[in-house]
Order: sequence, then structure tokens, then C-alpha cells
Amino acid sequence: MAKGEIAIDEMLCQSCGFCVEFCNQECIAIPENRLGPRGFPVAVFSVPDKCSACGICGWMCPDFAIQVFKYVESEANINQGS
Amino acid sequence: MGNGAIIKQQIVGKPKAVQLDFLPFKFCPGCHESLVWRALGEVIDELDIQGKAIACLDIGCSGILMVGLAVDGIHCLHGRSTAVAAGVKRVLPQAICFNIGGDGSLGAIGVGHVINVMMRSDPITTIFLNNSGYGMTGGQVAPTSLLGLRTTTTPEGRDVQSAGFPLHLSEIAATMKGTAYSSRVSVHTPANYQKARKAIKTAFLKQMDGVGYSLVEILCACPPNWGLSPLAANSFVEEKLIGEFPLGEFKNVDQIEYTVDPEINKVGRVKRG
Amino acid sequence: MADRRLLSGNEAIGWGAILGECKAFFGYPITPQSEILEFLATELPKAGGVFLQTEDEIAAVSMVYGSSMTGTRTMSATSSPGISLMQETVSLMAYLKVPSVIVDVCRFGPGSGMAQTSQTDYRQVTKGGGHGGYRCIVLAPSSSQECCDLIQLAFWLADRYRMTVYVLTDATIGQSCELVDLKTRDFGTLPDKDWVLRGLDERGGNRQGIHQHMWDYVGYHVDMNEKYREITENEIKYESYRMDDAEVILVAYGYVSRMAKGAVDLAREEGLKVGLLRPITLWPFPTNVLRELSSRARHILVVEHSSGLLVEDVECALQGKVPIHLLGIWGAHRRDSSGIIYPERIVEEIKQMENVAKL
Repeated sequence: MAKGEIAIDEMLCQSCGFCVEFCNQECIAIPENRLGPRGFPVAVFSVPDKCSACGICGWMCPDFAIQVFKYVESEANINQGS
Repeated sequence: MGNGAIIKQQIVGKPKAVQLDFLPFKFCPGCHESLVWRALGEVIDELDIQGKAIACLDIGCSGILMVGLAVDGIHCLHGRSTAVAAGVKRVLPQAICFNIGGDGSLGAIGVGHVINVMMRSDPITTIFLNNSGYGMTGGQVAPTSLLGLRTTTTPEGRDVQSAGFPLHLSEIAATMKGTAYSSRVSVHTPANYQKARKAIKTAFLKQMDGVGYSLVEILCACPPNWGLSPLAANSFVEEKLIGEFPLGEFKNVDQIEYTVDPEINKVGRVKRG
Repeated sequence: MADRRLLSGNEAIGWGAILGECKAFFGYPITPQSEILEFLATELPKAGGVFLQTEDEIAAVSMVYGSSMTGTRTMSATSSPGISLMQETVSLMAYLKVPSVIVDVCRFGPGSGMAQTSQTDYRQVTKGGGHGGYRCIVLAPSSSQECCDLIQLAFWLADRYRMTVYVLTDATIGQSCELVDLKTRDFGTLPDKDWVLRGLDERGGNRQGIHQHMWDYVGYHVDMNEKYREITENEIKYESYRMDDAEVILVAYGYVSRMAKGAVDLAREEGLKVGLLRPITLWPFPTNVLRELSSRARHILVVEHSSGLLVEDVECALQGKVPIHLLGIWGAHRRDSSGIIYPERIVEEIKQMENVAKL
């Protein structure tokens, strides 16, 4: 069960591979056969289920391409209705 | 899960003090400078000093942060950022002045200013990016280049006879009385990144407490000029760069203690009264 | 009652800086400028300013740049070799339109030269000095009183036009003592310094780039040309002495202009119709004034303690319409660096010039 998720901005990703290297859960990959919008392979959140929301890929991304979100339970949201 | 709804809380994103929308490109893939950029942004956010920080940016890749950090930035000439920061701090003591420069700027052309700022104990912070070569000009030998490193101006590798030995600025800083804080960090792993962030924060705090000069040397990978892939350059930092430049805190004092001998104070060309 | 004191030119510059609300000084010792540094080390902190002796002139001008960037009135003072060291940052300040005042107490050059008087920096400072094709306003006082007044004008011009203003004196003016009326001069209102960098808080969080012309170098040069034209129209200053019926015009500045004044008086006693034009702003040069005054002149004699630098601007102004003669450094009374051009030598040159013309 995923504890969070990440969003990768493909326009910012420069395919350095740091996120793949440092992700403990092996959630990220750079598929060779898929090109990003700038014409080279970019990082993809390939195994979302295992994400532990540790944040490492986010702060080790030199290109500010990764945002990390953690799933939290919100008491406040109950009263706000749907 | 309990009764509450599940919401997404952002835990890592772009720091407030970082602005991205200025250029069509940033740094080369795998460049560590942008990790330093993030760390700086996070520290500026954390200490809430965005409004009173003044960055003096040197020439070279470090100067790109001129437009990348959302603080007041002063564009400086090659090697002069230390002197400019000292000048700003003298007339505007409430500002948080820091300068960022590479090993060409602060290790070669401007090393005299760095030593003199340490000597005068100007309460400024220097972020010294050590990537073992000149980045922007295309990989020439720098004072910090490793022995044997093949650069465009030492094509057979840096040899002692012509290019001497690597410069250890953090260790020099630690020997100076006026230095409050001197440390060498790297950003090549998540743990080291956090240490680097902490070092930058400590350095800023030394300045804010008015203790004295603070220097943070950060080992940076330069994949294009080392001719390595981003990940190989990352490993090179771990395997070789740290071997020459050991990480650690070389000086950390909360107060610089000194005394003035009253007998000496009676001597001099200018007579009292 | 006016505050009247016996001051050397260098001390007068220090006083003028304090009267002109200079709040920061960064400098490095060099003969014959050191008295400015020593004077301000004592007096500037009393006036609430920052004084620092730096490690070299490059650091001094870098700190001037940083300090000016925060909107503080800042100056530096040096002598000829120091001016050369400062040029890179002066060029940067020209590009980023940062005001600053730099005093050049000229010494003998080129190279390390000698610490005695000379005017060998004329071309360097009037033509900008560094790389990139910029200009700086140059003021040339000829007395302690003018040192005190013109340094205040220099601060005003620097803030008015956002550029570097040089005050070019020489060892003779710098080291000679004269009576000075210490008076604060008012030159009019100045535009707000809306470009200063003092942290985002002071501008309500708005970030502003000082790089107004980044990536638009043509725009920069077009804008600056417009500014230079405005300065040339409005800021030219000169002094003319006994010019009414002058047939021979002396052109000189700095200490040499004092000698030339003496020469005019001596020559007039002998019945020679001689006058003096002394440019006070060396850039902008009083080209049109010289052109008008020379309409009835038979000869122009440029006197300068260098090898022919001022004469270039005079030649340029007159475009061959009047014969121009030069009495340069060879007119000094000694061949070593302590030589000075005395009035008698200038009169002798005038007579010789007239005799040659009669033949």
C-alpha cells in the first residue's frame, strides 16, 4: 500500500537518474523506449504502489522535477463535508 | 485508516526562495550545483531570511544562481564576490550577506579576498563549490583539481611539477582566527545532502549571531567536464574526491575570543589625544 | 561664520566627502593619496560613516560597488596604478549604472612610476579607463577649495546620472595647503534611488533585477549614448582667465593651470595678449567653448605634465583651424620626477612660438 505519491514534471527532468539510484523502494525508472517532451528518456513513476513517501527522490532531484506528496489523514476534512 | 479523509500533503517541492521560470535551461544533467541551490533555498525558507538576504554571485556556473534564487542578488566580477559581500555587510549590517563561487573564483583569482575576509572576520557566509575544475569555461585545471585529473589544460593529467597540489580552503579557513565556522560537505547521497543543508544553516546562523566569517565548502560533481555520466560522476565524488578532500567540520566556535595588550596600544605613530 | 581652515588638497577632499554625505569609504594606501585615507580613517566614523582599509584596490572598488548597490554614498581614492587595478569593476559599474566617486591623485607613470606629480592619467580616465566603451565624468580641481567643492559635485553627478565620477587631482594639489571655506554645496534635487538592493523586505517582497539590459547590449549603448549627450549638454564646466582679447590661448588643467595662470599674468606684463582656458570637466570636454574662444586666436598652447594627452582633445575640438602647440612634460624644470612646469617656462614657450610664427 502506497504511503504517498510523486509527480514528475517531464519538462524539467534531465534524465540524470539520481531518483532511480536513490529510491529505496525502486518505484522510479527511466524507460529507454519512451521519450519525454524534450526528446530524451525521462523518469517515470513506474511502481506507485510501493512508494513510502520518504521524499528522497524529491530532494535529490537536481532539476526540481519531482514533487512528493504524503497521504495524511485529515480531521479537518470531515467537517468540511465532501 | 481512521475516520478522516485522506489528503495529499506536499512534503518535497520547490523551495519558496527558488525561482525556476527564468531560463529555458538550468544546469547540466547530474550537476550537484542545483542540489546546493535547493539546499540554499530550503535554508533560506527555514530561517525566513528571504527578505533580508543579499546574495553576491560570482562568475561561472555559480553565477547562474543570480537569477535562480529569489533574493536580492548582486552580480559580481570573477573572484570579487567575497569583497562585494563584505562591502555590503559593512554598510548594511542587518542584511544576511552570502556569496557563492566556484573553485576558480574563490580558489584562484579571488583567493586573496577570501583570506582577507577571514582575517577581518567579516560576518558573511561563503558557499564554496568545489568541483575539481573550471565548469563554465569548459574543464580547465583549477587549484582544487585532483592530481592526475585530465583537464583541457593538463591533457596528460594534473602533475605536481607544473600545476602543484590541490588547494584545501576549508582547512586554511579553520586556521584563521576570524573564522567562526568552516566545514566541507558533499551532496552526493541523501544523507550527505542533509548534512550539507545543516552546514549551510549553521553558517548562516553564525552570521546572524555576529560571530564571524563562515565558510561551507561543497564538493560538487561536474559530469561533463569529468567526462562521466551523472551517476558515475556521483560515485567519483564518493570514491575519489572525498579521498583528497575529507568531509567534516574544521571549525565551529560560538565566540571568537581575543585580547588587546594595553602596552601595545600605547605604541604607534599616532599619538593619543 | 564660515568654517575656514588651512587644508591640503587631500584633506579638502576628505572634508568635501563628509560634507557631501559620503557614508562609506574603501581604499588602500598609495602615495600621494594616503592623506585622504588617513583623514577619513579618523573623521568618517565620527560622521557616522564606514571606513575600511582593504587588502588592495580591487577589493576597495569591489566594496564600493557592493556598498553603492545598497544606495549608500560611497567613494574610494587611489593614485594611478590603483586606478588601473580598479578598471574592471568600474566597467561593471558603468554597465549596471551604479553611482560611485573615485578620486585619482595622479602620480608619475607608466608602470609603478614615481610618487611625484604628473598628469599622465588624462587619457585613461577621460576615455572611461576599462573595457566595454563606457564613459565616466571627470572633474579636475586646481585648488584645495575646488577639491572640497568638486567632490560634493561629484557625488551629486554620480547620483544624478548613475555613473562613476572621477575626481582627477595630482600630487601637487593633493599635498599643497591652502585656505578652504568648508561649505555644504547644494546642486538641486536628485531622482529616487529606486534601483537599490537592500533585501526584498524593503520593496514589499518584489524582486528586481539590476540587469536592466541583460541580453540587450545594443539597447544599453543606445541608452547610454543618450545619457552622454545629456551630460555633454548640461554639465560642462570650465574657467576662462583674461580671455577677452586673447590672441594666444593656453589650455591647461590641474596644478598646471595654476602655473599657466601665472604665465598669463607674466606675459600680459610684457604686452603679450595671452588668456587661459581651464576645463574643469575633462569629460565632457568643453569642445564648443574652446572652438568659440579660439575664433580670433592665433595660437593655442596646451600645457600639461604629460606627453600629449590633453592636446588630443584640443586638436579634436579645433579640427586644424588654429595652430596648436604643446608644452609637455619636457617643460618641467628638472628631468627627474620631481620636475614641475613653472610659469617662466610657459612664457618662454609662448615667446618662442610667436617668434617662429613671425619668421
